[in-house]
Amino acid sequence: MIDLTINTELARQILVGFLRREITRSGYSRAVINLSGGLDSSVSCVLAAEALGAQNVLALRLPYKSSSPDSLEHAQMVIDQLGVQSITIPITEMVDPLLERFPEANQVRRGNIMARARMIILYDQSEAFQGLPVGTGNKTEILLGYTTLYGDSACALNPIGDLYKTQVRQLARSLGLPEAILQKAPSADLWKGQTDEGELGFTYAEVDQLLYLLVDQRYSAEDCIAAGFSDQFVNVVVERIRRNHFKRVLPPIAKLTNRTVGYDFLYLRDWGT
Amino acid sequence: MKLTLALAQIETHLGDVQYNLEKHLGFIRQARASGVDLLIFPELSLTGYVLQDLASAVAHRPTPEDPIFRTLLEASRDLDLVVGFVDEDHRYRFFIASAYLSQGQILHVHHKVYLPTYGLFDEGRFFAWGDAIHAFDTRFGRVGILICEDFWHASPPYLLWLDGADLFLFTSASPGRGLSQQPQMESARWVDHINRAYASLFTAFVAHANRVGYEDGLNFWGGSTLFDPNGDLLAKGPDYQEALTITEIDLNELHRTRARLPLLRDERTALVMREMNRILGRGTQVNR
Repeated sequence: MIDLTINTELARQILVGFLRREITRSGYSRAVINLSGGLDSSVSCVLAAEALGAQNVLALRLPYKSSSPDSLEHAQMVIDQLGVQSITIPITEMVDPLLERFPEANQVRRGNIMARARMIILYDQSEAFQGLPVGTGNKTEILLGYTTLYGDSACALNPIGDLYKTQVRQLARSLGLPEAILQKAPSADLWKGQTDEGELGFTYAEVDQLLYLLVDQRYSAEDCIAAGFSDQFVNVVVERIRRNHFKRVLPPIAKLTNRTVGYDFLYLRDWGT
Repeated sequence: MKLTLALAQIETHLGDVQYNLEKHLGFIRQARASGVDLLIFPELSLTGYVLQDLASAVAHRPTPEDPIFRTLLEASRDLDLVVGFVDEDHRYRFFIASAYLSQGQILHVHHKVYLPTYGLFDEGRFFAWGDAIHAFDTRFGRVGILICEDFWHASPPYLLWLDGADLFLFTSASPGRGLSQQPQMESARWVDHINRAYASLFTAFVAHANRVGYEDGLNFWGGSTLFDPNGDLLAKGPDYQEALTITEIDLNELHRTRARLPLLRDERTALVMREMNRILGRGTQVNR
């Protein structure tokens, strides 16, 4: 039986401690976060506020002209509930000149440009606010590569990247996030009507169970099919994980010398702290 | 005989031995003020855990000439200490080590014999494998030290038992992993289970000092424990917080438990040896 239920209190304790310790040991006491009004960024925002104090968290609302008004409103509910600082910076004026230069750009290009425009603002506000950018990617999207490299995946540290989407939802519920955020369909909101599950072609409930077997339980594809998943579904997911691995690792450096960053120059980021 | 034992569940700075030494001295002062006789620090308490290429840079030799150990030996004049460090031997090999300091002397140094090199662990890449499991005498009786993965294997505690240890001092820098519905991580539950089992099977005191804090994404869960010879939990440190957990234990409990349950008396060591020789002599086992 596949049970993805987590002890949300234990998860909260570990993740709050992680944010507090890892941010302060690098010489910071503040955090910035792109708050979309969705489940993941809302959870990261709650954890950061608990770790650092609400006044030390800056939530950024970064709408494009086609973004759903619900997204802005839901983000505001989280800001009001937590009492974190916030700024709203529309990205339309940043993004449109580039899009106008390439009117033929497809949805993937357009979505990537928006995600990377938000990254630019996140890192700029990081410097302005003197806070570290906190990540909002969950384990499901990291494994599936359902993310824009150097876009929404960019962050200094990520508290929720080892929780599947269905587990983030459990945590969100225990953290007391508004029902509207808990209930709505997950969406990157890069174009009208986009939903994660529509775009991926399967539900989080289904894929999280499969990923749990493949990744956590080290099942082979054949084992997963024997466990009852359709071979087409298993093959699509296995291939997605493999094909998107480049988003999960630093770019390889061509090795020439005896000591090369990434291969045999090995230190944690916390080195010396 | 009564013994006041304390588990120092500390957080460390990765690779900053001087900072970690100061942390030790703070806990030692606190323990001394509380009348502690024996204070146990976790695995690699002077250095931090995921050392990788820092291993050689943070190594020390447990001698009075070493400035770190000179300070600790001085501090051990009125209470015994177990500290975790990287030991560089005279052939320049680096070991994960724990030293027992008492009354200004080093009584024993244990080199970790099982270096986990799987999953998230990579110790075998950076450290030399220890090659001995010895109990040793202290002013509180005969003691054995093991480090983390050492006691995930059944044989090191068994050997210490046969070598006369009645007080097992286990140290860890154990990363929490395996989140489920349970209130503890899977790794934490596992360690608690086996420590209780060793105390019960060997009718001995089993103390476990585990560190807290974070290194990059790893969390260390603390939850240090002390079990008595009946397998009962005498003390438990909090999860995920620094703490000094102090407990007075009555070593006469060994007398009472073993009068009731003579597992040590009845242990058939010659039978073990005969069967070990037979099994190993077949040559089909993979051994080091």
